[in-house]
Amino acid sequence: MTRFRVSVHIIPRRGLLDPQGKAVTDALHTLGFAGVGEVHVGRHLVIETGAKDASAAEASVRTMCERLLANPVTEDFEIAGVVKE
Amino acid sequence: MKVGIVRFPGSNCEDDAFHAVVYQLGEEAVMLWHKDHDLQGSDVIILPGGFSYGDYLRAGAIARFSPIMSEVAAHAKNGGIVLGICNGFQIACEAGLLPGALLHNDVGYRSMPVTIRVEHANTAFTSAAKVGQCLTMPIAHGEGRFAASEDLLDELESNAQVLFRYVDASGETTVDANPNGAMRSIAGICNAARNVIGLMPHPERAVDPILGSDDGLVLFESLLVAAHA
Repeated sequence: MTRFRVSVHIIPRRGLLDPQGKAVTDALHTLGFAGVGEVHVGRHLVIETGAKDASAAEASVRTMCERLLANPVTEDFEIAGVVKE
Repeated sequence: MKVGIVRFPGSNCEDDAFHAVVYQLGEEAVMLWHKDHDLQGSDVIILPGGFSYGDYLRAGAIARFSPIMSEVAAHAKNGGIVLGICNGFQIACEAGLLPGALLHNDVGYRSMPVTIRVEHANTAFTSAAKVGQCLTMPIAHGEGRFAASEDLLDELESNAQVLFRYVDASGETTVDANPNGAMRSIAGICNAARNVIGLMPHPERAVDPILGSDDGLVLFESLLVAAHA
């Protein structure tokens, strides 16, 4: 069993109103960042877990996302990195 | 009728629900601890409002895994009545007892009276009300924007599962009357079997004129009609 640190991004599904993202977009426009299109505010989780290898650690975190960490109705997730501790 | 009210860490409307059932309806109510596996013979389960687990991760996302939720799910599966109010609605959606999801409001946290229109009276929580009846009661939530895919919304409408919509003083749905940006102004729904009901407004806080409204009483009285049917 090896220890891994798995990072996951959880973001609101595209097309659903994201009030936090909209407020940040408006603020960036106010600051003059005219090139900014849409901003999406989500969550970044770092999970330390034991697994036999990196792919097992990633598979385990995917299951965690499906069961708890992301809402399957409104959110998407992506594994951002798997690092051996 | 015996009503079981589940107390999660962070619940804060369980006493209001208890008051509505015991002192306004004159029925029996018991508090159920979320770590127990016993509904104590309750006919109706209320998942009350509040901020279970501090709304960490997503409102209701962690409470759905509380031990008692397996009994609540079994109760619902057997046709037992489950009522989710505010955070209880969020928990019911997260648990898959109700379809859809409740997202952050389009304008942040709202605590205010709203008016909702009863869309269908053929459930245990609306049977004493009239279709089209408008009820005033408070909301107090930051994550109450009902969301679902367009297909699911159409399905909810065609199955008459949309029970309550936010409306203005003349009973019409408008952008301004919708306090959280809910899709199609949806304030409350039921499941396909019509025994699990969830809504964001707080009928248990509107059961006596001294609270500013007793419009919520008719919904609790509906439970009695169902219990004695």
